[in-house]
Order: sequence, then structure tokens, then C-alpha cells
Amino acid sequence: MDHSILSLIVLTPLVGALVLALLPDKGKTMQWGALIVTLLTFLFTLHLPFRYQDGLPAGSFQFVQDSSWIPNPAIRYHVGVDALGMWLVVLTGFLAPLGVLASWTKIDSRKKTFYVLFLLQQVAMLGLFVALDLIIYYAFWEMTLVPMTILIATFGRTKDRRKAAIKYFVYAFVPSALLLVGMLWLYFKTGTFQLPDLAKAAAEHHISGNGPALWLCSLAFLVAFAVKVPIFPLHGWLKDAICEAPTAAVMVLAGKTGLYSILRFSFAIFPEQSHRVAPLMIALGAIGIVFGSLIAITRKDMKELAAYSTLGHLSFVTLGIFTFTISGLDGGIYQILNHGISGGALFLLLGFLYERYGTYDMRDLGGLAAQLPWMVTLYVVTTLSLIGLPMLNSFVGEFLILSGSMQANNPHHILWTVMATTGVILSAGYMLLMIQRVFYGSLGVVSERTTPHDLNFREHVAMWPLVALMLLMGVASPYWMKTLDANGVSMATVPSPVLPVVATKSPLTPSFVDPELKAGALHEKATPAPEGRRY
Amino acid sequence: MTFNPLLLWYIPLLPFAGFLINGTLGRRLPRPAVTVIALLATGLPASIVLMLWRRMTESGTLSISSTIGQWIHVTGFHVDFTFSVDHLTMIMLAVVTGVGFLIHLYSAGYMAHEDGYWRFFAYLNLFMFFMLVLVLAANFLLLFVGWEGVGLASYLLIGFYFKKDSAANAGKKAFIVNRIGDFGFLLAMFLIILHYGSLSFDQVFAAIGASDVHGGFLTAIALLLVVGATGKSAQIPLYIWLPDAMEGPTPVSALIHAATMVTAGIYMVARCHTLFDRSPYALAVVAVIGAATAIMAACIGMVQHDIKRVLAYSTISQLGYMFLACGVAAYSAAIFHLVTHAFFKALLFLAAGSVIHALSGEQDMRHMGGLWKKIPWTSGTMLVGVLAIAGIPPFAGFFSKDEILYRTFADTDNPIAKLLWLVGLITAGMTSFYMFRLWYKTFWGDRRFDEHAALQDHGATVHAKATSTLVMEAEHDDAQAAHPHGVHESPAIMLLPLVVLALLSVVGGWVGVPTAMHGSNEFERFLEPVFQSAGSLEAVSAAAHESHGLEIGLACVSVATALIGWFFAWLFYAKKPGAAAAIAAKANPLYNLVANKFYVDEIYNAVFVTGLLFATRVLLKGFDQIGIDGSTKFVGWMAMNLSDDTRRMQSGNIRSYAGWLALGAAVVMAVMIFGRGIWVH
Repeated sequence: MDHSILSLIVLTPLVGALVLALLPDKGKTMQWGALIVTLLTFLFTLHLPFRYQDGLPAGSFQFVQDSSWIPNPAIRYHVGVDALGMWLVVLTGFLAPLGVLASWTKIDSRKKTFYVLFLLQQVAMLGLFVALDLIIYYAFWEMTLVPMTILIATFGRTKDRRKAAIKYFVYAFVPSALLLVGMLWLYFKTGTFQLPDLAKAAAEHHISGNGPALWLCSLAFLVAFAVKVPIFPLHGWLKDAICEAPTAAVMVLAGKTGLYSILRFSFAIFPEQSHRVAPLMIALGAIGIVFGSLIAITRKDMKELAAYSTLGHLSFVTLGIFTFTISGLDGGIYQILNHGISGGALFLLLGFLYERYGTYDMRDLGGLAAQLPWMVTLYVVTTLSLIGLPMLNSFVGEFLILSGSMQANNPHHILWTVMATTGVILSAGYMLLMIQRVFYGSLGVVSERTTPHDLNFREHVAMWPLVALMLLMGVASPYWMKTLDANGVSMATVPSPVLPVVATKSPLTPSFVDPELKAGALHEKATPAPEGRRY
Repeated sequence: MTFNPLLLWYIPLLPFAGFLINGTLGRRLPRPAVTVIALLATGLPASIVLMLWRRMTESGTLSISSTIGQWIHVTGFHVDFTFSVDHLTMIMLAVVTGVGFLIHLYSAGYMAHEDGYWRFFAYLNLFMFFMLVLVLAANFLLLFVGWEGVGLASYLLIGFYFKKDSAANAGKKAFIVNRIGDFGFLLAMFLIILHYGSLSFDQVFAAIGASDVHGGFLTAIALLLVVGATGKSAQIPLYIWLPDAMEGPTPVSALIHAATMVTAGIYMVARCHTLFDRSPYALAVVAVIGAATAIMAACIGMVQHDIKRVLAYSTISQLGYMFLACGVAAYSAAIFHLVTHAFFKALLFLAAGSVIHALSGEQDMRHMGGLWKKIPWTSGTMLVGVLAIAGIPPFAGFFSKDEILYRTFADTDNPIAKLLWLVGLITAGMTSFYMFRLWYKTFWGDRRFDEHAALQDHGATVHAKATSTLVMEAEHDDAQAAHPHGVHESPAIMLLPLVVLALLSVVGGWVGVPTAMHGSNEFERFLEPVFQSAGSLEAVSAAAHESHGLEIGLACVSVATALIGWFFAWLFYAKKPGAAAAIAAKANPLYNLVANKFYVDEIYNAVFVTGLLFATRVLLKGFDQIGIDGSTKFVGWMAMNLSDDTRRMQSGNIRSYAGWLALGAAVVMAVMIFGRGIWVH
């Protein structure tokens, strides 16, 4: 069966970007154009959950479109989603119009550049979540980098924006090069770029008998993804990028793409290696939670605080997925969605505050609660969601992650769980401290001389869907979980132990390789050639 | 009479609806509308509880549960939205809705002049919602919803006067300290899931009952739950938030920080008694924490000057009693004291609020005195409360406190039971002393307040400590103008709850008159179905039959102790005012130590807050800047240098090119010859 809905979802913002590029940048054309395009995309993404079929066997993809593109090397146009990819596509589609609303008045020069890049960013992310061919995936993966880098460099907040952009680019780009090498090595070994085939080969230990090489390749994947998450201690780019990037870009900057890629590619292609590296990743997750939260407590700048809290929240996901327990994986995946929503809401609100007061420094603010009643209400709700108040979304995720971590078959799992659980205390600490400094007490220097105006209609429209989802996802989690659970169950399966390597002939043979190399690849003895004659 | 189990859901959801309506529209609604909505939102659940009660008395037993769906469901683990009612829940429901409704009523009068009236009632309804979820929950996680939620409501209400830094700080402190307790609660739940795969009370307790595990991981779970309980119920070491919580409006202190929320820890321990019974060690810890908290808080309470803080420390001390009772497996005694305490402590707080209202925000007892003629109703009802808490028969507190002391004395499992009893007894004497001290200082003796100042201040009413620059702007509406100025008795809407609670404080203990005093201890028998499996209960009741003499003897001792406490209070504060100050001056170091609350806040601050922040600033920030950022810069610097070096290779010098060429060829050959294995496998 061939579907075109995923292609439609990816193409809509692309066409939108082209149209916007041709339209004149007058009045509010760009804003409206981008809003319409993103809303249309979102509408298309909603098709997926309505038509998604539950209960299909693990590892199967839906809405698949698979047609040959380049015969040699065998690159196919192969897209499809399972529950994980589907919800991320929906989330991406959902956040995009909110991002446009957040930029509505804030971006007032070079609007065309901004919105075109913003839409291209959408294309890249949507494509990344649906691609099932490694090369197509890689193209989208690299494509997420470029618009984001330009957005930061052009629309950054301070004069350091270029530095932050370069830092982000280099951090993400260098490991990506290794990722490409890893992908090519895989192709060289198996002759396919298709994820389902690779996953199958991996489960049957057919990729390669060369343990160290397989390890290196899995690390090339993992490191590239881990930087993008970021996983502690690879978070060097995060603070600067978050501090500089405009709100709409920050909302999609961290988390989703890297974590998705780990779940989709690292876990599927390198199940054993992932299990082996899990104790380390659990440790890094737990440390990342405490580290991020502690640093966040000392921050005076709200965006820096939010950056480190992002590190803390994403570390929760890292911890959860690497426990390889059903609870941990389900909770981790759910938490990716939650972070998109609650983190997005926080960045939106920070953006609104910045538009009014022109500062992120908490020491200059204060006493805003009496002036901006709606702002403080939504801010408090978002905070409560972020610190995991039961009945709001993040609690479900964090609870499952931590209980999964307690069940993990991992040395010192109790220690890491206890350490990670202190995160609930620390996150309450820094978030409430921020609320108190910004909203309570007496008026600060800046809030004193600024005429207050509460949230306007546009801002209400941007915030309320997020707030509604926080409550809904906190109370009715089974709706999402019933689809996501299949992912968790299949990933939690312990890979079968390595069988003694038998020389097997891969049915998929790439045709471009040199016969001698091919023989090597297939683990056959090459026709012995006397050394002397060869050279 | 039939009872539709779905009605259970209306008990918490009605207050939630009240919260939503008042929270979103309240700003635009007139005050009477806000009041009516808030009162309906608590009154209707109270009537549902009444229906439940009737059905229970008709059928003699009660066990209803209702599930409306799943909250969390992953393969191998699920949590449902399930409420259930048994006798224990029934008592908690009655207390929460009954006292809750009375305090709502009182608040309508007390908060009449405050700005943010709608906000206050919205939060109060939110609190009711979470508290009712807490007591109705049929599994740990749903209980945790209420548990965290009441913490949130408490945070919002303590920080109600958010312009005051002290109030905002106190709210934050309460939330974070409670979170430390929640940390323990969460870990306990993770361990329960690990061992039992479920969080439902029925399943977990049945599994514990069926197994023969004693101690071991059950002790670990029980101790972690105790951590949670010490946070919520303000016990050592996490009690520090409760005195500061007095920054909130007084009805909040009455409802949340005396009658209901802080008893959640006791309720939880009683609910999990199956677990605690299996771990004598955990029980002993509970008992010791309880006794230590009781006497420590009573010590501090004796030297406080702020009327609400005296009551706050008294609450901590009384909660210590309840902990002690749980620790000697006398769960029904703990719940009995919980109920009577809810009556008399709510009464005391509301009466204190009435005093503060009369004095326009004055809370310092050094500026009170001689008020009994001015506000007779308040002083009369408060006297009832004082008699009840002091343990003078036949007031409510006597029966419940005596039950606890007797059970502690009679406990045979705990080797230091007699010592714990002695601590409890001394605390009883101290309780009597500081409560009568409070009453004499407030209502007796010379007038030490400035009536003129009270009159002037009335324009801008702040019931919390009035710091004139930070007061909330009062609305000068008609009600304000009609209000009598100067020191005045409170309006009827505030006095009515006082009178009702005073009545309950008199008769509330009569349901638990022990058999030794020719009662039938109905309360204990009522709870028997819940605590049956405690095992020790029958044994203790059997033993009780043999030691009626002992029980009466102990009761006489504790009454005598209470009278001694009263005598000293009368001596120091009624007969010879000033004598206390002289003694305090003589024992100065000791007095200072106690007056500064044993410097616990300061020690915690220095060790945890400052220590943690210092470590973060120095170590972690250093790591982030030097380690992470530094290494990035180093890599960048390396790359620049390397490329610089590489550039030099392109020197244009033929000989140097030839050299590089030879070197490259050598490397390639070496790889080809020796390194083939790396590439091809």
C-alpha cells in the first residue's frame, strides 16, 4: 500500500517557503503566509493519529511510501512512521503555528528571511521524523542544521549571536560527518540503506562479525545523536544557542531530533551495543539531571536558567530510554512529547516577557503578578507542569521514567534512581525561585518604568492550546500511551546473544563495489593473489 | 438507601469546579457570588458525605469503590482512577468537608476587606479538591496526586500576600521542604512497584499480608514513606516550613496547617499500617520521631510571642503525638486524636484570627491582654479550645491524648515505650502551660494594645503582620464603612463556626471514652474493620481489660500534669506578670537557645542551602566553564593551529613537496602491508 500523506506533510512547508520567498515582504504578508502554511501542515499531520492502526506487529511502519530513486547506490524514497514518529510529526506540526504567533511582532525586519528559514526548518524536522532511508534521513538531518544556524546568526539577541551560531554548527556538524561514515560503512556491509532491513539484519547479527568495527559505528551514531539532544557532557552549545535564538527557533532547538534518532536508529541497528552502553548513559542521565538543575538554581538570567533546565529535563529522557524497561522507554518517549509542550510554553512565555521588558535578568524584574494576572497564571501552570505536578503531563513521564530506572537491570540502579529523583526537589527549587523573583515581591527596576500590559489576544491563542494539552496529557495519558507502548515493548526486548559468527551471504549485494572488496565484505576469502604480482 | 458510587467523584470535583469558576471569572464576579460559589462547592460535597454516612449507619458497614478509567497504562503496569471509601476514609471525609465548610464560612467574614477575595476562595476550593482526592484515593499514586496538590494549594495560599517577601519566601520554603518529603514518597512507590508491580492499596496490602516478609525491603519502603510523612506532617527533621507558613491568612492556617493537610502524613501511615506492622524498626523510628517532635515543638512553643506561631508549634507538637501513636501501632488512637485535634485546633486558629481581626492585624501577644471583656465570644470559645488541647476532662483532647499515652505505656514491642510515655507526659504538661499562657496573655491582665492605632490602621486591613508599606490595598466599599471601628467582636458569620467548633471540642471526645471509664470506645470499634489486621489490636484490647486500673491511674497522672501546667501559667501570667521574664533573664543562654528555635533554620541554611549553592557555584560552574566550554575552545584552538601547520606544508618548495610525497607513500605502503586487517574483514 502506498500513502502520500507523509510526503504531503513534508512538502507543504517546502512549497510554502518557496511561495513566501516569491511574495513581496509587505505588511503582515509574511506572518499570515507562514501561519496559513503551518496551520495547513498541522491539519495534515492530524490525519495520522486518526488513521493510525493499533496492534500491528512491533517494528512495522504505517503510511509507508517506498519507491526506488537511485539504483546505485541503492537509495530509495522510503518514508513511514510508527507511533513514535507519528506523534513527533504531530508535535512538530502543532508547535509551528505557535512559533509563528510568537514571532508575529517580535521579528520586524528581514521577515522574509525569517519565515522562509523557519519553514525550511519545519521541512527538515518533519522529513527527519518520517525518513526510513538512511541517506534521505541524513539529508534532512543536515538540513536541520543550516536554517537553525542562520536563524541564530541573523536573529540572535546579542552581539554574540554569530559565535553561538558557529558553536552550534560545529558541535552538530563534526559528529554528523562521522555519522555519515558510519552509514556508509553499514551500506558497505549490508548493501542497504533501508532502516527496516538494517534492523532485521541487526537482530539476526548479520551486519558484521567485526565486533570492534560495529562498536565504532554504533558510537559514531550515538555521539552524533547525543550531541544534538544534548546529553551531558556534550551540552556545550546548548546555553549559548538557547540564549541567542529567537523564541520560535528555541522551541524546536533541543531534544526531539536527537532523542528520536537514538530511539529509531541506534536502538534498532545496534541493539547489543546500546544495551552495553546503557549503564554509562543511565549514569550520564542521572548526573545530567542533577547537574543541569543545580546550575539552573544559580542562574540570574531566565534564558540561561531555562537552558539548564532543558538539559535536566532531557536527561530524564536519556535516563528513561536507556533503562530498557517498558516503563522507562514509554515514559521517556512520552516525556519527549511533554518537553516539547511544556518547554515550548516556557519559552513562549519568556519571549512574551522579553517583548515587554527587554530583559531576561530576573534581578531587574519583580512584582509582576499584580500587573499581569494572566501572565502569572499561565506561567505558574507551565512551571507546575515542568516540575512534574501530578495531573499535569510531565508527571506521567517522569514517574514512569524513574520507576523504570528503579527496575532497570543495571549495576547501581538504586543509586542512580535516587540521584535522579532529587531532580524533583531541585527543579521545584529553581522554578519557584524564578517565579518569586519575577512575579512576587516589590517591583523591580525595569518593571517599575514599563507600563504593564497583560497577554493580548494573539498570545492567549498561542498559550491556551499548550495549557490544555498539559492537562489533557496529564489526565488522559492512555490515549497516547496505547500507541506508544508498542515502541516501548519492542525496544525493551533484550537482544538475543551473539551467535558464533557464520559466514552468511547477504542477499542484498551492492553492485558497485570492487569484486575483491565485495568478497571481503561478505566474509569470503578473496581469490588469493600473490603479493608480488598485485603490486 | 442506595448510594450511587459515581457520586464519590462529585465529592472532589465540585470543589474543583468552584476553583475553575472563581479562578477564571471570579475577578469580574461580585463578592457575594464568589462566596456563594465557594460555599456551594464545599457544602454540596459535605452533604454527599452526609448521605454516605447515613447509608453506612443503615447497613452497618461500608465499602464502596468506583473506577472511572485508567490514568497510566503501560504493558505490565497500570494505575486507575479509583476512589474507595472505608471507615477510615469516612472519618477523614467527615472532618475535611465538615471543618472545611465551617472555615469557608468563617473566611467569608474574615477576608471581607481583602483584595483578591476571589483568588483566595479559588485556592481554598482547589485545596479542598486535592485533599478530598487524597483521602478518597484507592492507590498510592492517586494519593500522591492529593499529596502534591495540597502542597501546591498550601504554596499558593501561604504566598497569598505575594507582595510581601516573607510570604513569598514562606510559600516557596513550604513547597520545597514538602518536595523533599515527596522525594521519599516517590522512592517508596518505585520500590513498591519493583516488588509488587502495582500501586493499588488492595493488591499491595493483600500481597504483603499473604507473604511472610518481615523487615528487609518493607523497612526500606516504610522508612521512605516516613520521610514523606515527616514532610507533610511537619515532623523532625522537616518541620521547619510550618511555623513560616503562618504568613498565610489565618483561615488557611486553621484549615490547611492545623486541621487537614498536615494530618495527611498520619492518614497515610494509618492507611499503610499493614506495611508498618511488618517492620518493627520503622514503627520504632516513627514513635521516636513523634515523641521527639512533640517535646521539641512544645519547648519552642512556650517562648513564642506571636499568637499564630504558638499555635503552629502546638500543631507540630500535637502531630508528634499522632506520630507517636502510629509508632506504637495504636492507629485508631492516632486517628482519634487527629479528629479531636482538627476540632480544637481549627477552633483555636479561628479564635486567634478573630483576635487578630479585632486588633486589625496585631499578632504579637505582648501587645494584647485584657481582651476578654471586649470580645467575649472569642475569648469564651478560645477558652474551650485551650481546655480541650490541655487535656482537661471532659473536653475532647483529654480522651484522645490519654488514649495515646496509655497505648504508649502499654506497648510491649517497643523497648523504650516507658521513656516515650514519659516524654509524652511532660509534653502534655508543657502543652497545658503554653496554651494557658497564650490565653492569659491575650485575654487577661492589663491592656497592652493601642486602641487608637488599631482604629487608624483599620483603613488598610492586613491580617497578617501589618507592614504598612506592603499592605494590600483595601477596598473601601460599603461593608467597610458599616464596619464598627476599634476593637470589636467579629461578625456572626465568623462567630458561628467558632461556636460550632467549640461544641465539637467539648463533645467530640465522647465517642471514644475508653471502657475503663465505663465508655464503650465506639471510635475504636468503628475503625476496627480497617485496622483489624494490625493484629496487636485484639491483644491490646484484651490487655486493656486486665488493666483498667492502670489506665485510670495514668489518666489521673496526666490530668495532674495538665493542672500543674495550668498552675504555672496562671502563676506567671495572671498572678504575677513579669515573673516569667525574670526567670527567662536568669536562664538566659537556655532561653535564647529555645527562643531561637534551637537554631535549626540557621543550621539547615548553612549546611544545605549555602553549602549546596557554594558547591554548585565553585565546582559545577567551574566544570561547565572550564571543562565543557574550555574543551570546546581548546579543540577550536587546536584546529586553528593544525591548519596553520598544514598551511605551512604548502610552501611552494619542490624539495619539501617531494619529502611529503615520500612520507605519504611510506604511510600508504605500511598500511597496505601491515594494516590490511583493519579494512577488510
